[in-house]
Amino acid sequence: MAISRVRWSGNLARVTDAKMPLRAKVASSVSRTAAALSRAAGRGDGSVIGGWLGLKIDPELLAHLSAGRAIALISGTNGKTTTTRLAAAAVGVLGRVATNSFGANMPTGHTSALAKAGSTPYAVLEVDEHYLAQVIEATDPHVVALLNLSRDQLDRAKEVAMMAQLWRAALARHPDIRVVANADDPMVVWAATPPASHDQRITPPHVTWFSAGQRWHDDSWVCPECGSTIERSGDQWWCTGCPLRRPEPQWTVDDEGVVDPTGAWYKVKLQLPGKVNVGNAATALAVAAEFGVRPFDAVPRLGDVTSVAGRYAQVVREGRTVRLLLAKNPASWLEAFDMADEAPTLLSINARDPDGLDTSWLFDVDFAPLRGRLVLITGDRAYDLAVRLEVNDVPFQYVRTFDEAVRAVPPGRLEVIANYTAFQDIRAELDRVN
Amino acid sequence: MSTETLRIVWIYPDLLSTYGDRGNALILARRAQQRGFPVEVLEVRSDQRLPTTADIYLLGGGEDGPQALGAQRLLADGGLHRAVAQGSVVFGVCAGYQLLGTSFFAKGTQYRGLELLDLSSDRGPSRAVGELAGDIDARLGLPPLTGFENHGGRTHLGPGVSPLARVTAGIGNDGTTEGAWRGKLLGTYSHGPALARNPALADLLLRWATGAQHLPPLDDTWADRLRAERRTAVATSRG
Repeated sequence: MAISRVRWSGNLARVTDAKMPLRAKVASSVSRTAAALSRAAGRGDGSVIGGWLGLKIDPELLAHLSAGRAIALISGTNGKTTTTRLAAAAVGVLGRVATNSFGANMPTGHTSALAKAGSTPYAVLEVDEHYLAQVIEATDPHVVALLNLSRDQLDRAKEVAMMAQLWRAALARHPDIRVVANADDPMVVWAATPPASHDQRITPPHVTWFSAGQRWHDDSWVCPECGSTIERSGDQWWCTGCPLRRPEPQWTVDDEGVVDPTGAWYKVKLQLPGKVNVGNAATALAVAAEFGVRPFDAVPRLGDVTSVAGRYAQVVREGRTVRLLLAKNPASWLEAFDMADEAPTLLSINARDPDGLDTSWLFDVDFAPLRGRLVLITGDRAYDLAVRLEVNDVPFQYVRTFDEAVRAVPPGRLEVIANYTAFQDIRAELDRVN
Repeated sequence: MSTETLRIVWIYPDLLSTYGDRGNALILARRAQQRGFPVEVLEVRSDQRLPTTADIYLLGGGEDGPQALGAQRLLADGGLHRAVAQGSVVFGVCAGYQLLGTSFFAKGTQYRGLELLDLSSDRGPSRAVGELAGDIDARLGLPPLTGFENHGGRTHLGPGVSPLARVTAGIGNDGTTEGAWRGKLLGTYSHGPALARNPALADLLLRWATGAQHLPPLDDTWADRLRAERRTAVATSRG
C-alpha cells in the first residue's frame, strides 16, 4: 500500500484520524482497546501489546499514525527515556504531544503511543538505537536527537562502531531531517555528520550540537573514520589521523543551568538528581527549540517532571525512603553513582534476556565511589557482583531479597541501583511506582 | 620473575578491551599482592612501545577493526615476540586468543597473526554466544573451565599446541575443544574477565610467572559460589 505522507512544515491544521485509511483506523482502534485491556488485567503498562496487535492488522500503521504530526525521535544508549520525557514536557508549550513515556521504544511501542494519544500536533518518541533507521523511515521525523553510543548488552547488541555506521547511513538518506547531537561523543559526531563533509570543523547546516558532558570514554578511543587514536584533553577531543574532532557546541550546561545558542543562561531546577539530568534537560531544550519553543517558556515545565517510568521514584517503606535508579551498562552505572546520595545502597543485578546474558561488563565499572557506604547486593547474578566488588575493595553484604535489604539498613534513605529486569522486579514489589 | 616486582602488561586497552577485560589484570594483581608479591600493572596503548621484560602479558577481546589493527601494530613492534623468547607468560582471550595464532579473519579478510601459537581461525557458520564450560587438560591440574563466549570465529589447532579444555557446554574452538596452550602461552574463548570465574587459572599464570611451585590458598568463597551457580545454570539449560 502506498502512503502519501506530507512533511510537517509548521502548519498544524492537519488532523491525523481523518486522513487515515479505514484499515489503519480499525487497527488503531484495536490497538487502543488491547492496551486498555492489558492495563486492566495488570499484565503491564499496555505500551507494547496494543502496538503489536495494531501492527499485525496494518503493518504500515506507524506511518499512518505519524502522518501530519511534527515528530522528534530521541535515541542513544543512555538517557533516552528521561530525555524523551523532558523533551515532551518542553514541546508541550506548543500543544498536545504524543509520547511513549513508559520506555516502550520499539515500533510496536510507538504505534501504541500514537494510537492511544489520538490526534496530536506533536509527538516525541524514544527509539531503541537498533530501530532508529526503521523508525525514521516510518515516521518521517522533523528532528532526531542522538545522545550517545556505548557498550550495552554486547552478547546480542550490535557493536558500537557498527551502530554508528547504521545511524550515519540512515541520516545520510534524509539530509532534510534536523539533527540534535552530542558534541562530546566521537561516535555520535561521526554518525551525525554526512560522509561528504570530512572536515568536522564545518558544522552541516542541519545539525545542532550540544555538550552535556561525558564520563564514559572507553568506547571511543579509536576513530570511526580512519582508525587512528582519539586524544582527549579537558572537554576537547580530536582524531590524531584525520579532521574528526569535537565540534563547537551551541548548547552547553553548567552545574545549575543551560546556555542556549545565543549565549543566554537559564537556571534549570529539576526534581531529577545528578548533573547528567541537567545535560538531558539541555538536550530536551535543544530538541524543543527545533519546533520553535523558547527555552524561557520550556524551562519551568522541566521542573515539573518527577519520576520517569519508575526511575528516580521515591517510596517510603518501613521507615526507609527508597529511591530507584536504573543503570543498564557501564556508562549509566557511573552516572548512577553520581546521582545517588552518600547513603546505604542496594545493588541488584540480573542477566535475563532483556539485560543481556553476559555479566562481563561489571569489570568495566569502577565501584570505588561506593567505598564507605553500606553496600548490599542481590539479584540473580549477585555472585558475579560479589566477585567484582571483592576485587574492587568494596565491602558488601549479600541479601536474598529486596525486603531483606530494607530491613538490613537503618531508617532513612536507601538508594537502589539496579539493571533492567532487576529494576522491574523491585518496581513490581513497590506496586508499579510511576 | 625478571625483577623484584611482578610486572603485568595489559596490551592495547584502547583497541582490545570490549568485554570487561580489565578484570584479568585486576584479578592477577590482587591475587599476587595477597601472596606478598609487589605488583605493577602497565596499560600500554597501541601508539606506545611494548616493554619486553614484563612477566605477564594480557590480550583482551575486540571488534574486527581494532583486532586487525592490534595484530598489525604488535607485529611491527616485535616486543611481545622478544618477551616470549625470554620466557614471559601470555594470556589471550577471544580476539586476543585468535591474534596469537598464524591467521584470523576480520571484516571478511584473512589477517596474519603473531604466529606464537600453532593455530588458525576462520569464520564459523554461526556466532557462538552463551555459557562455555569444559574439562581442562589434566596436565594443568585445574578444576573445570567456566565462562561466557561471544565470537564468530572457529579455531583450528595444529600439532604444536594442546587444547586448553574439552568442551562440555558451548562451542569454544569448534564445539569439541576449547582454547589452547603451549609452554607459558595460553588462550581461551572464555571472554572478558575470564579469571573472575576461574581463580585457579589465574593462579596457574602466577605460578608460571613467579616460578613458585605452590601458592598459599586464598578465600575464594564468592568465586566458588559463582562457579557452582554457573555449573547449575548450564546443567539446567541442557535439561
